[in-house]
Amino acid sequence: MLLNRLKAGGPAIAKQGILVAFILFMIVFSLMSDRFMTGDNIMSVFRQSAIIGVMALGVTIVVIGGNLDLSVGSMLSFATVLVVDLHDKIGPELAIPVMVLATLCLGAINGFLIGILRLNSLIVTLGMLSAIQGLVLIYSGGQNVDIADQRGTWFAFFGRGSVFGIAAPILIFALLAIVFHVIMKTMPFGRKVYAVGGNPTASVFSGIPRSRVVFMTYLISALCVSVAAIILGSRVMGSQNNVGQGYELQVLAAVILGGTSLLGGAGSILKTVLGVLMLAFIQNGLILMGQPYYTQWLVTWAVIIVAVWLDVAAKRGRLFSPIA
Amino acid sequence: MSNLTDITPLRWLMRNPIWGFVVIVFIFFSLMSDHFFDYRNFQNILVQASTIGLIALGMTLVMINGNIDLSVGATLALAAAFAVDVQSWAMFATWGSWQILPAVSLALLVGIALGAFNGFIVWKTGVDAFIVTLGAMLGIRGLVFVYTGESSFYAMNFAYSDFSALSVGPFPVLALIFLFCTLIVHLLLSRSVHGRNTYAVGGNREAAVNAGIRVGPHMMINFMIIGFLAALSGVLLSTQMGAATPNLGRDYELWVITAVVLGGTKLTGGKGDIVGTLGGVLAIGILRNGMNLMQVPAFYVYVILGSILIAVLILDKRFNRATDGGLRL
Repeated sequence: MLLNRLKAGGPAIAKQGILVAFILFMIVFSLMSDRFMTGDNIMSVFRQSAIIGVMALGVTIVVIGGNLDLSVGSMLSFATVLVVDLHDKIGPELAIPVMVLATLCLGAINGFLIGILRLNSLIVTLGMLSAIQGLVLIYSGGQNVDIADQRGTWFAFFGRGSVFGIAAPILIFALLAIVFHVIMKTMPFGRKVYAVGGNPTASVFSGIPRSRVVFMTYLISALCVSVAAIILGSRVMGSQNNVGQGYELQVLAAVILGGTSLLGGAGSILKTVLGVLMLAFIQNGLILMGQPYYTQWLVTWAVIIVAVWLDVAAKRGRLFSPIA
Repeated sequence: MSNLTDITPLRWLMRNPIWGFVVIVFIFFSLMSDHFFDYRNFQNILVQASTIGLIALGMTLVMINGNIDLSVGATLALAAAFAVDVQSWAMFATWGSWQILPAVSLALLVGIALGAFNGFIVWKTGVDAFIVTLGAMLGIRGLVFVYTGESSFYAMNFAYSDFSALSVGPFPVLALIFLFCTLIVHLLLSRSVHGRNTYAVGGNREAAVNAGIRVGPHMMINFMIIGFLAALSGVLLSTQMGAATPNLGRDYELWVITAVVLGGTKLTGGKGDIVGTLGGVLAIGILRNGMNLMQVPAFYVYVILGSILIAVLILDKRFNRATDGGLRL
């Protein structure tokens, strides 16, 4: 019934399910709360979503390549603690490149194990999640770190500054999203990632260096994490040693919500941005409606399953699964 | 299915390398720590391992089916919250220690219901179990926080919190419950029709359908089993603490998957057994306990466990080249 409607009413709408859901949510929330559709509120939601958003961009590319990355949360803790700690020791000019390099090393380990050795990405990144969490605690001695001089450092720009009235985190997120979108849609590298994720065997036969492409996706993911860490460290001007705990799930939820298939080979950067914004607006809208914070997790649960279900059903051509 | 008699110990060890690892860490910690080789400490290890171990039994079934359940930690927390809270409901006020009975029953039912819900969605929608239970992991944890109001429940009935200290002769009750469940699930998997179907469904779903197995309900039953075991684990954990906190069981899914993978169960489905899982659970239990006794900071335990998990994967890849490590979603 519903599916016939979808077929007849317009495949375009079925394909843009996430966009339709997004608009519906926005309408409902603006009817429920008059504070929702104000410029200030929308700007603050954008700003808050930047950290998860930047990480989700990298994970989207990893997932399009047919793998998973569960280690981004621990990696965010690692990168944030490192950059904040080094800020006072060697200054921000050196702290940022050192942190980016260290984070890229972690990404390279992921990439080596998964891309070159072809190990299962779920278990490898699960192991890395635990190992990196341990690394952070060892490095910080279990202590939280702070930047001593919070006013006199240009490091504050990334989290708190703005250009022409637009907050820096939003600019960074938008810029990165556009760059990645262009890479994935128009450049040879993007096509290779889609090919490797879509059919690994075929991609090898057509001469695509599968190992190197997967390796690169994990480096990109690590790069995104280090950018997110700069924003987070700069905004908070300090870091707890478990600050990224649980981020991997929210990031993955956003990617899945954006319609990227966990099978690999399909997905889009811009839809991930929609997924990120949708999660952020749901959270914001529910809080404005006076709901407790954790209600958003319940809503997220329902939204994820319904979104993925409709997506799967549209491809299958029938609403319910043919599993006996 | 070969006979037990024609398996030499060495060949058995080749097929269950995790038990070799268990023996090595056992000897290592016996030599390194004065307090490790002690009967009381063995009791400790078993009791500590029982929480993760119970869930790992169910995870073995689900993973052999080719699915995964990430929501077990949250299920555990919700069941624990129910087990502790229901005791104090006004309608059971006059029941004395019998008020534990409806509380625990309800907690276990909640676990089974959540498992059934996960399984039903996987069955009917055809959405992958990874996504369904990832959503459930967030959602059920949200339920826990909403239900508990973000605070802890404390058991007022001391019979409840004394239960964990009980022992039958020299054996702690919690360890006995775990070993009993291990035996039951082992028999279920290795001797029953349901167990044979579990391998068949995970090995080749198409073929299983053609062989007349009702794959959907079958997978749902395994999700209900893991829901029950996660809830049982939550109840036992809350008797140990005399309380239920909303954060209970966080990261447990990671420990459980680690134990099951160490035990040789394949994420791709169709392969694995309870003997291996028991080895994986004991390996993790001994490692955590031994490092604790040697006063290794908890930080290093994370690094070591993560490294071991990856090392196992590399070794597995070297020895079983035929099996592709790709995640089937």
